[in-house]
This record gives sequence, structure tokens and C-alpha cells, in this order.
Amino acid sequence: MTRLAVPKTYKLYIGGTFPRSESGRVYAVTTPGGDFLANAAQASRKDARDAVVAARSAFGGWSRATPYNRGQVLYRIAELLEGRRTQFAHEIMQSEGVPAPAAGRQVDEAIDRWVWYAGWADKYLQVAGNANPVSGPYFNLSVPEPTGVVAIIAPQSGGSLLGLVSAVAPALVSGNTVVVVADETRPLSAITLGEVLATSDVPGGVVNILTGSPAEMAPWLASHADVNAIDLLGAGDVDWVHLEIDAAETLTRVLQPESGADAAAPSLARILAFTETKTVWHTKGLL
Amino acid sequence: MTSTPVVATQASTRSRALALIGGEATDANLRRYLHGIPGIDAVGLEQRAAALGTRSIKTSSKKRAIDTIIGLIDLTTLEGADTPGKVRSLVGKALTPDPVDPGCPRVAAVCVYGDMVPYAVEALGSAHAAGRDQGVSVASVATAFPSGRASLAVKLADVADAVAAGADEIDMVIDRGAFLSGRFGQVYDEIVAVKDACRRADGSVAHLKVILETGELGTYDNVRRASWLAILAGGDFIKTSTGKMQPAATLPVTLSMIEVVRDWHRLTGAKVGVKPAGGIRTSKDAIKYLVAVAETVGDEWLTPGLFRFGASSLLNDVLMQRQKMQGGHYSGPDYVTID
Repeated sequence: MTRLAVPKTYKLYIGGTFPRSESGRVYAVTTPGGDFLANAAQASRKDARDAVVAARSAFGGWSRATPYNRGQVLYRIAELLEGRRTQFAHEIMQSEGVPAPAAGRQVDEAIDRWVWYAGWADKYLQVAGNANPVSGPYFNLSVPEPTGVVAIIAPQSGGSLLGLVSAVAPALVSGNTVVVVADETRPLSAITLGEVLATSDVPGGVVNILTGSPAEMAPWLASHADVNAIDLLGAGDVDWVHLEIDAAETLTRVLQPESGADAAAPSLARILAFTETKTVWHTKGLL
Repeated sequence: MTSTPVVATQASTRSRALALIGGEATDANLRRYLHGIPGIDAVGLEQRAAALGTRSIKTSSKKRAIDTIIGLIDLTTLEGADTPGKVRSLVGKALTPDPVDPGCPRVAAVCVYGDMVPYAVEALGSAHAAGRDQGVSVASVATAFPSGRASLAVKLADVADAVAAGADEIDMVIDRGAFLSGRFGQVYDEIVAVKDACRRADGSVAHLKVILETGELGTYDNVRRASWLAILAGGDFIKTSTGKMQPAATLPVTLSMIEVVRDWHRLTGAKVGVKPAGGIRTSKDAIKYLVAVAETVGDEWLTPGLFRFGASSLLNDVLMQRQKMQGGHYSGPDYVTID
């Protein structure tokens, strides 16, 4: 007896819950050959707005968690990614049309990259912070602090899981909260990552995942006054110069699009891109 | 507003009320009357409220709704930690809710504790409404707010004190204990006494808002009875809650109160105001209340004299919506003042 196919209709991941798009829209996700895989929610600007609200309210708790604790929470996600290895590999095979070994390699690399960034959580402060020499009886200390809500346009080509992880993980390390617009045509990795995050120790709202059109949502995120930084990593195909201009209106920090094989390669710079430096003076004991 | 018509209306309200009750306002007469009011269909009420919440208010209607909401807000601070400085900054916000847009309307009133009234009046200066149609009024909670657990003498002194300090409006709480144990006469007499205490030396009268604290009344039927009782006793406004307990204002509860106001208007031609307070935090919620009012009693109720929002955090959300509509992009909490 043949079984009936169960086509899935996925939802968004906002504030730790899985709501449908406010607009009620969905779109079909297909293989590169055009075969139907699943339906994904097509987020609207209002979903993006809700995601920013969720990210803002999660910021206090996540940024105040100790760096060690944040590192542990991020490691735990890597463990869960490992547990879902086959599912990720299968989805990558289907949606990217790559052979199994390549899909497996991509998942491995994504997990490794996540672990690499998790390790930085309690170390980047020592590397990027500084005790500045001053001529006076003072300590002068500079420390990086998370900037706030970071909107991310995930890479729209290349490895879908690896690209997403390369964009999201560095923003989380320092304690920012994230609103990420996933790869539009290949969102399955992002959707599954959302399911992973929902069962991990990450507080709801720290990562919010929107599926749908970057061209539709990016202008609203760029101009949003409550977004502190926007990573246009995967926005190379949309009119990103205008996004940068919009972002400047509300003093939003912008990271420009990257493309090519080593786009968003793991680096401390990606972590520090979403931090602000706080410098404090403190009197020295004179003994 | 001159004193004679007020007294006349008051007298006629009282005689009308007594005629309705069918005698003196004794426990027995009030109980007979209030328990004779038809019960509320709770399911129908909630369904009606939910249906009113689905009206789509967009673009120019939304713009107007937002400005209307701002003009109906009683900007409130009722904290144990209130200081004259806090009240002054609240008044500043009441006068210029959005500092970057002078076209932003003012709120209807500031609502403070009785001892803060002089500071609010002083801070308002010439912008103090003091009975005029324009300007910002000062509302004061009184009668041992929020519990109402004090002797009548203390409550009346509380009211007289706030009125003497310059309060234009008094928000009193009813004695929920007496109401729930069926001593309606006591609640009635208390409201009448407070109303008398609202009279100023020059004969004018401070507006009286009667807080029912619906969250403690338990049932919609009790809310309806308490609304009738407050109106019969001469309240100018009926107000849902103190904001100090949950649940505070909900749309179904407020709708049931608006229906009582509508029935009273049909019966006597007199207009009583409604003030939902507590728990209304977003402009989306507030718009639902506007719709409920407009579709139950009509547009003419959407004036500060007949409808108010008791809120503190609502104003910021409304301002952010307003900025979004003007600027074309989403605003954030960094662009509105904190308290």
C-alpha cells in the first residue's frame, strides 16, 4: 500500500514561538529541479516588526548573561545540531541538489563553525578589551559591549546552513539578539535551526527567523529605529545601497554584502562588528 | 460651567434615580432594582467584544484614531515612589507628548495621588484646564485608593483635600466589600457623599469618576449592577479598575459598562462617561475600545468629557505608531520619553 505524502507547511520562529505569517501567506519551497519540498511561511513587514519587538525584549536577559553562560548555551546548540545531523544533511541534499558527502561536509563545517564562535564567548572580551595607558592616577579600561538588536540578511547562495550559521553565530556571541531573514529559495536549514533553537537553552526572542523575501523585508528592517545594526551579508542582489542609506537615517550600523567562497569566513572581526566600545576611567589606589 | 445648572442636573439626576429605584435608596430597594436588571449573556458579550476587535482601522482612519486616543488619555502615575519631580516630568509629557512634533495633541488629564495635586497644578500653570474646555485637567485618586478600606470620614477628607488643592476630577473607589455582601445602600450613600465633597467653595463641582474595580467583582452581572449603582448615585464617569490588580480593564467588561451608559442615556437623556484603566498598553488595543464606544453609544462619546483611557505606557506605544505613520519607518522606544 502506498502511503499518502504529508506535505509540510512550516511557520516562522519569533519570540520562541512558531507563529504563522501575519499576512497568512505561504510559498512553495522546491528542489533546484522544481520538485515540491514543503511550504514555508512568507513573512511580511509586520512579522519583521514583531520579530524586532521580540528581539528587543530578549536583549536585556541575553546580554546580561555571563559570557561563560552564553558560551555554554551556544555549545549546547552545537550538540543539538550534531544530533540532527542526518536531517540537516538530507534537507541540504534535497534543497541544494548536492550529493550526500558534500551535504554532510557542509553540516560538519557549520557545526565546527558554531563551536568555534561559542568558544569566543568568554574570550573575545580579553582580546578586544584593553587597559589603556593614561598619564594620571587612573585605570582607563575599554571593553566591547553588544550593540543590541541585529538584523541579518542571510546568504542567498552557497551552503544554506553554513551561510546562516556564519551570519547568526558571531552576532550572538557578544550578547546581541538577532532577527534573521533566511535564504529565500532554500529556507529548510533555517527552519530546522529554529526547531533546534526552540528546544535549546537559548531564551525565546534571542534568535528570530523569518522566511520570505529579503527584498520585501530588508527595507523595513534597515529603516527600523529599534534595530541597532544590520548585516547585509546576503543582500547583494537587492538594492543594498539604498538599504545602507535608510539605515544611516537612524544610525544603524551596516555590514556590507559579501560573496564568493570565503564570504563570512569565521573571524573575530565579525564578532566585534556588532559591539560598541565602552571606556571607563577609574581612580587608582595610590599605595 | 456655572453652578446653578449643575445643581439642577444633580437634583434631577437624584430624583430620577429615586424614581427608578422606587423609593429611598435603601439596601432592599436597591437590591430589588439591581437584581431585577436582566442578566448578561457572557458568551454573547465576549463574542461581540471580539467581533468589535476585528474592525480594520487603517491609514487615515488610523491616523485620526491615534490622535483621538492621545486626546483621551489620563496620563497616570500612581506609585508609592512618586515625587514632585516625577509629577512635573509627567506634566511635561502631558503637554508635549512628542517633543519633536509640536502638532501632537495634548492628553486629556494627568492622574496622580492627592498629595501630588498641588505639584501637578503648579507645573501645568496656564495650561491647567480648571473647568475650561481646553487645557489639561488634573485628576486625583481619592477615598483610600486603591483598596478603599477606610472610614467614610477619612475618605471624604481625602476627597475634600484633593479638591481644595485644585483637582478637576476625582477618581473614587467603591467599597467592593460592601457591594459584594449586598450592602448596596452603603455603596450608594458613599458615592453620594463623595459627590457632595467634590463641591468647591465657589459652587462648582469636580467631576467624579467611580472606580468599580471590576477584577474584584467576579461576574459580568455584578459589573452591570455596580455600573447602574454608580450612575444612579450620581457618578459622572464609571471607571473599570484601579490598575493595581489583575485583571484590569478588558474589552468585554468595558463593553458591558458602555451598554449601561447607553441604556441610561436612552432612559434619561443624560450622558455618563466611561474610563477603562489598566492593562491597555498598545494602540491596537486602544483602537478596539474606540470602536466599541463608537458602535455602542456613538461617536459623540469620543470626547474627553465622556471617554478616557487610564494609562501610563499606552502613550508611548501610540506615539511610536504616530511616528511610524509620519516617518514611514518603524520607530523604537529610544525615540519616546521614559515616563
